[in-house]
Amino acid sequence: MNWELLLHQVLAGLATGGIYACIALAVVMIYQAIDHLNFAQGEMAMFSTFIAWQLIEWGCPYWVAFVLTIALSFVAGVAIERIVFKPIHDAPVLSHIVVFIALFSILNSLAGWIWDYTIKNFPSPFGTRSLLGNGLISAHDGGMIAVTLVLLVLLYLFFRHTRIGLAMRAAAANPESARLAGIRVGWMIALGWGMAAAIGAVAGMLIAPVVFLEPNMMLGILLYGFAAAVVGGLTSPGGAVVGGFAVGVIENVAGTFIPYFGRELKLTIALLLIVAVLLVKPSGLFGRTVVTRV
Amino acid sequence: MEAIPTPVRLPAAESAIAGLSLSLWRRLAIGAGLVLALALPFVVKNFLVFQLTLAIIYAVAILGLNLLTGFNGQFSLGHSAFYAIGAYTAAIMMDQWDVAYYWTLPAAGVICLVTGFLFGLPALRLEGVYLALATFALAIATPQILKFSPLEHWTGGVQGIVIIKPDAPFGLPINSDQWVYFFTLAVAVVLYVCAVNLVRSRTGRAMVAIRDNPVAAGAMGVNVSLYKSLTFGVSALFTGIAGALGAIVTGFVAPDSFTFALSIQLFVGLVVGGVGSIPGTLFGGLFALFAPNIAESVSKGLAGAVYGVILVLVIYVMPSGAAGLVRLVVSKLARSGR
Amino acid sequence: MQLHRYGLAATVALGLAAMTASPAAAQKKYDPGASDTEIKIGNINPYSGPASAYGTIGKTIAAYFNKVNAEGGINGRKINFISYDDGYSPPKAVEQARKLVESDEVLFLFQTLGTPSNSAIHKYMNAKKVPQLFVATGATKWGDPKNFPWTMGWQPNYQSEGRIYAKYLLEHHPQGKIGILYQNDDYGKDYVKGLKDGLAGKMQIISEQPYETTDPTVDSQIINLKASGADVFFNVTTPKFAAQAIKKAAEIGWTPVHLLNGVSNSVGSVLKPAGLDNSKGLLSTQYLKDPTDATWKDDPDLKVWAAFMEKYYPDGDRTSTFTVYGYAVAQSLVQVLKQCGDELTRANVMKQAANVKDLKLGMLLPGIAINTSPTDFYPIKQLQMERFNGERWELFGPVMSGDTGS
Repeated sequence: MNWELLLHQVLAGLATGGIYACIALAVVMIYQAIDHLNFAQGEMAMFSTFIAWQLIEWGCPYWVAFVLTIALSFVAGVAIERIVFKPIHDAPVLSHIVVFIALFSILNSLAGWIWDYTIKNFPSPFGTRSLLGNGLISAHDGGMIAVTLVLLVLLYLFFRHTRIGLAMRAAAANPESARLAGIRVGWMIALGWGMAAAIGAVAGMLIAPVVFLEPNMMLGILLYGFAAAVVGGLTSPGGAVVGGFAVGVIENVAGTFIPYFGRELKLTIALLLIVAVLLVKPSGLFGRTVVTRV
Repeated sequence: MEAIPTPVRLPAAESAIAGLSLSLWRRLAIGAGLVLALALPFVVKNFLVFQLTLAIIYAVAILGLNLLTGFNGQFSLGHSAFYAIGAYTAAIMMDQWDVAYYWTLPAAGVICLVTGFLFGLPALRLEGVYLALATFALAIATPQILKFSPLEHWTGGVQGIVIIKPDAPFGLPINSDQWVYFFTLAVAVVLYVCAVNLVRSRTGRAMVAIRDNPVAAGAMGVNVSLYKSLTFGVSALFTGIAGALGAIVTGFVAPDSFTFALSIQLFVGLVVGGVGSIPGTLFGGLFALFAPNIAESVSKGLAGAVYGVILVLVIYVMPSGAAGLVRLVVSKLARSGR
Repeated sequence: MQLHRYGLAATVALGLAAMTASPAAAQKKYDPGASDTEIKIGNINPYSGPASAYGTIGKTIAAYFNKVNAEGGINGRKINFISYDDGYSPPKAVEQARKLVESDEVLFLFQTLGTPSNSAIHKYMNAKKVPQLFVATGATKWGDPKNFPWTMGWQPNYQSEGRIYAKYLLEHHPQGKIGILYQNDDYGKDYVKGLKDGLAGKMQIISEQPYETTDPTVDSQIINLKASGADVFFNVTTPKFAAQAIKKAAEIGWTPVHLLNGVSNSVGSVLKPAGLDNSKGLLSTQYLKDPTDATWKDDPDLKVWAAFMEKYYPDGDRTSTFTVYGYAVAQSLVQVLKQCGDELTRANVMKQAANVKDLKLGMLLPGIAINTSPTDFYPIKQLQMERFNGERWELFGPVMSGDTGS
């Protein structure tokens, strides 16, 4: 057993896991607001990152572009909810999902048409020097993990300790009662979208320096992000982050150490493990089991 | 949270439009449809016949998905896997063992029935979004498994398997495309009749009861676990046979043919056709095949965006799918006709 | 009476002789898709989906044909270029191919992209006797005139490139331990086969790490390769992953003899994002001129290409070798069509395609030419090795030919 290799793979897994954790947060965020998974989350993050890139190309300093993009993404998220989803509010859930798929298709195609498919470099605010001296975790990877954890804490505080956070949870859990309590459910949902879009933008801007910016960059990542969010429990942002790191590490370790199958079936094994976790804990590792009265 | 909606109920069969009862209208529609389907290959170009064959195949695949999601309330994004299993079964049997194409269908069906059932068993514990992820995982894993080197001798690995399209038997004066179309149509008709019978039977009622209220169904004596797993199996059977037909029609299978994009396509077809509606799947199949082509003809550079816009518009106009729209229209006509 | 009959016979005989003696060019022969005024050409490219980066090739070709049409067409006929999207999905490719052949009735298919898509339509095209010409994939199986006389590749095939790398390694690093990173599909596996065939077991391949296009990064694989003790790195990746691999290898301090496959050696699209310093010492092969390579800064042919891009495809990415590729392959086709003259039948198109002698194009490296014959369906067989010095690629060694042998 090559312990050094194991350590390296675990560290690398944590670095990639940071990516998954970041996007998993956005996924959980929107789930909290609207009770379903948004397929277009990754594409929204990608599109936001392109906007940031374009701003930087036009001469904006990095941090200005960063903040501007987050603001624009927030507004866009709210707008998409109000304009695209409000008219079909009463439509069945599955129809909503089809509209998510439509959004995915539109954003992906539009990004490719505007900015084409060659990979682009996206700057990192943390630099690329190595953190632990052996090049396994770079300053950027460390920074990404740190930002994810900060976002996590902020989200936790928001949902637990602010009135709006409480209102949003109420609106998602029981819209009827929430309305009776005076909460403007529609705007809570729109707010949820905006926040998810903003978190997605942060995720995208942190991910792009590692994987390079191009319209298809989020496809594989979103998959892992979903898996991470679900395995962590969709009602728990903390679980999503833990899930993200877990997925990253499992994937690397499985791919390296499982003989015969590991190399070629890395993804399959990771997904299998996730499904196995779900079978044992159907609401995810940290999710709240919902008990319904019959 | 209500995951799967109950479809709009049609007014009773005795109610009338323009003096004819609804059940008579339904029979007329089916009859007209069959006549049209039988006549088409002789009046349109071969290429369109090929496309229509594919549309029918998608419709059957969507029918399978509908049985699971629409009638039994289990959300699946993994049906591309069953389609792939059916397709590869047909391809391997035809390529390696020289089995005639018509025998591959029952084989594909049985294999998928078993696989679906086995997948359905552990899936019992999962609900809604979690089940969606598990099935999604299945769809993503399938191409990777198909490429797995030790299996290359069977699956052809990344190169795939080429199979020969069958010609008309007994020297009938129709070409290969037309023959495959009729063959597919015949199989589809049989499968649709089976589906309708299944849904109307006691089993079907149990399935629907499980969808609407699993706890109540269980309390009423329905063996929820057994029915849910069985439905998974049956659903996989339908989609697997569609996959086998797909392989025969296209003449080629490769891991890249069965990515999760196919699952998404089937899912979109399901919703656009109408969840919980059997005739809706026909519209779903046509949409799955032709909508991307329409989008491409509008704008090649932005084909994806146009497709997305088409989808959004379709949902706006028909939030419950084509079947929902038809039901709405019919019930309005029936009421005003009285 | 007899004189009259002989006279009539003589006149008829003379007339027949006159008709048959006239050059073939005066006789126009057309198959579906060709006429006095146009030549319909079909194409399938992935404009959407995971391989959409290659869609720019189709767009470059379309732009080039616009230029040809603007300059009078080929032998007075305009090119009608019909290109459909298959999203890199084989069933869709089958559908689009049938549409082009049966519905649009094109004369032939040109530059259909992707090994799976081409495999899917291979049998159909040959059964229908419609040329599947200059396919956009390096897979070795397209050069098989005996079994598939209607299909022909164009670019140097991947296996021969792999063999060239093997030749180089056996000469310069025979004791090396090889680690391979490859894309887990036919393109990746074809390269690996080429390398293995060329090595014939004389060197040790110590680690093979596959990756999928859905993988976010290849960091884990690079770590494994370094840990395996490999000191030669055969990098078979598409541009995005190539950049990631180069960057990560530099980050973890792994400096093997680094062989980069020809698909991803563009300075602008791969090496710059990966870091020019990180790319120092990279080895690759080339047959086209890389527009971002300062070696060709003052090259007149490059200027012609740049002017073409400016006028006809201004949105095209001028840092990507895909646009150079599209330009060169379109030029090759124009040559073949010119050779067809007025006999625009499918059989003649294949005949002329198998009859290209020493065609030198502006954007091909000096010393590389296109050659085909009825038994040789590999138009470009030559490659030259190059080394990256931190700023530009430096060609070295002779123009080599990878034996195909398969």
